[in-house]
Amino acid sequence: MGLEAGKAVLDMGLEPHVVEFAPKLMPRQLDARSSKVLQLKLESMGIHVHLNKATNQILGDTAITGMEFGEEDILDVDMLIISAGIRPRDELGNNCGLALGNRGGIVVNNKMQTSDPNIYAIGEVALYNQMIYGLVAPGYEMAAVAADQIIGAKNTVMAAEIDMSTKLKLIGVDVASFGTPYMPAEDGLSILFENKTKFTYKRINVSHDGKTLLGGILVGDAEDYNILHQMYLNGMALPENAEELIVGTKGEGAAFGSAMDLPDTAQICSCESVSKGQICEAIDSGGAQDLAAVVSCTKAGTGCGGCKPMLKKITEATLQSLGIEVKDHICEHFNYNRQELYDIIKVKGYQTFNQVLDSHGNGGHGCEICKPVVASLMATIHADTANKEYAIQDSNDRFLANIQRNGTYSIVPRVPGGEITPDKLIALGEIAKKYDLYTKITGGVRIDLFGATLKQLPLVWKELIAHGFESGHAYGKSLRTVKTCVGSTWCRYGMDESVSFGIELENRYRGIRAPHKIKGGVSGCIRECAEARGKDFGLIAVEGGWNLYVGGNGGANPRHAQLLAEQIDNASVIQYIDRFLMFYMRTAKPLQRTAAWLESLDGGLDYLKEVIIGDTLGIAQELENEMQTLVNRYECEWTQAVNSPEMMKRFNHFVNSEEEDDNLVFVPMREQKMPKQWEKVL
Amino acid sequence: MDILISTYKAVREEDVNVWFKAAPTEAFPKDGGACVKYKTLQIAVYNFDRLGKWYACQNLSPEKQEMVLSRGMIGDHNGIPMVACPLHKKTFSLETGDNLNGELPAIAIYPVKIQNGFVYIGFEA
Repeated sequence: MGLEAGKAVLDMGLEPHVVEFAPKLMPRQLDARSSKVLQLKLESMGIHVHLNKATNQILGDTAITGMEFGEEDILDVDMLIISAGIRPRDELGNNCGLALGNRGGIVVNNKMQTSDPNIYAIGEVALYNQMIYGLVAPGYEMAAVAADQIIGAKNTVMAAEIDMSTKLKLIGVDVASFGTPYMPAEDGLSILFENKTKFTYKRINVSHDGKTLLGGILVGDAEDYNILHQMYLNGMALPENAEELIVGTKGEGAAFGSAMDLPDTAQICSCESVSKGQICEAIDSGGAQDLAAVVSCTKAGTGCGGCKPMLKKITEATLQSLGIEVKDHICEHFNYNRQELYDIIKVKGYQTFNQVLDSHGNGGHGCEICKPVVASLMATIHADTANKEYAIQDSNDRFLANIQRNGTYSIVPRVPGGEITPDKLIALGEIAKKYDLYTKITGGVRIDLFGATLKQLPLVWKELIAHGFESGHAYGKSLRTVKTCVGSTWCRYGMDESVSFGIELENRYRGIRAPHKIKGGVSGCIRECAEARGKDFGLIAVEGGWNLYVGGNGGANPRHAQLLAEQIDNASVIQYIDRFLMFYMRTAKPLQRTAAWLESLDGGLDYLKEVIIGDTLGIAQELENEMQTLVNRYECEWTQAVNSPEMMKRFNHFVNSEEEDDNLVFVPMREQKMPKQWEKVL
Repeated sequence: MDILISTYKAVREEDVNVWFKAAPTEAFPKDGGACVKYKTLQIAVYNFDRLGKWYACQNLSPEKQEMVLSRGMIGDHNGIPMVACPLHKKTFSLETGDNLNGELPAIAIYPVKIQNGFVYIGFEA
């Protein structure tokens, strides 16, 4: 907690000093060497570390001016944050007369009973073995013991020794320790790996005969924590060259063997206490056929999520052992995932859905899943608009508008960067009034006109186009808006012209189609009024250029975008976004936003940086060229549609009548209209 | 609402008394649908070109009682020709009208025939 506070102070632009009483950082979890590696890492980030310091006095009369450790040992500070550790909230127990420890905490036995056998205590208030356990895993165990005791399963008791293994991400640095993290040589021998240039430290402790894993420490890279922890818990045999567990093997294969070597009793998910046996059983019984189903059957991975990598390995290995191929086919009609279909269409140059289905499908006729996927791929590869093969478009794309709950549509013209002239604003108002459309500002700071019938869509659009508007693609899996703050053109804090750049970016990427919708944001300073870090790509103006963030979104699982590049100029921003978007459009799954895609990318943000900035795949130029082609071939698909009598035919409710749908009923609401509420269907 | 949905009753080919001449075949997109008005009814008609077949059903979605099924995507699931409602992607068999991915009531299916380039829909009256 103290270190996290130090990082928070650093992020505020201040200079933090961490003062520690013990001679090393995280004394319980880390040995002296790993503590040193962590310290170097912190110092490289700008956090000063002072060890072995006991504060005698806090200096200053009306405000803090410094801390005094010894007579000559003074540190000047303007602010003091005290990290006090865990203090049990035992007031209630105290009032009830329960036995407390000398330094607080309600004393419990191995049944989680307090001094009054009818009262139980668990978690950070419970003093077990003269210890307060501030970790979540012992808390879960205590809860299970207390619950079993209360319902009469008296055999369930707390182990005499609680496993204090833990893995945490501290200021972005992985720190983990398991079993006995360090020990004198008479208890066991250790194997160490240290690389201070990368702030990495790994240590495992093995028994004298070299056969049993006793514990260890991982700093900087804790990817193998789960498997090492399980090897320790289950007393699994060590490989012949135990050092391979931390430095990797020289030849083929992993030192760990397979996750399948774990015994069935091995607990994989400690939050939901799910064993390896339960996971395998869920699959063997035929109930679960993929990772998502395993998660929903067993609840494994739904707590902290730390077990997910191992859960995935076990699921895949079990499926494979049953001869079930682990594939992410887009639907029953194709034995390919989206990326494979992208390659097929590109290489073969297919132009229609039927060509793709006839040459590479499973003999069926397509469905509501694969048709829009192929339509989107065609758009990415050939710069097609949704007008080309409209029967395979999702219904919003088919009618170039957003279907609403009564079957009417809403219309959103593009307003790049949110900048709009009074004349255009008046035109929008007048058109909305003429067609009696409900009007609202959208979440993407545009103006949405609701309640247009199919027949009205082209009529409204003809008028919008005459006033200089074009499609806003609010109906497509495509670029929506690039939201901007006022920026340096008007704002007294602005560092750069966020509106001008936002407009340029929105006009650059308008009309491209992607696996899912894409949103952008540009903020003129770190106050971040455009909420750019909540977007698929976001820019924040800083001294010396733009900081570029990628992979953010709002929605059901809000994600902050992550920093891809710092202090870059406008040309580099465009270059990187071109590469980023095109790489995403090529490789993501259907309906996967950039955040989920980035999360599932092997190697994550570091790998993305290598591809986008370092060009390790050697495809950067290709990605840029492909994006430039899409930009050059952009056409407003609504202008296309209203200028083609053939395309206009689809905007009729009936093919044999000029009448409108007589089922539509609107009711008044706040001086506008809305569709009549849905009635309960019997 | 119950009155509206009860106006749509499936028609078997042998019970057809009226073959309504709806529109020329070109009015319907290949492997897509469009809506036909017959008296007070709205009928969705699909040109399932890949199968060389035509299908007709009520345009009314039984889920939310909106006139939208003709705008849905068609295709097949496990070999059953189907339409997916554009509102929430509920799928219905074009052969039987059954809801394939839920418990919604079946939609009414109507016979279709093609004569001299025109689409005819069969009704009892």
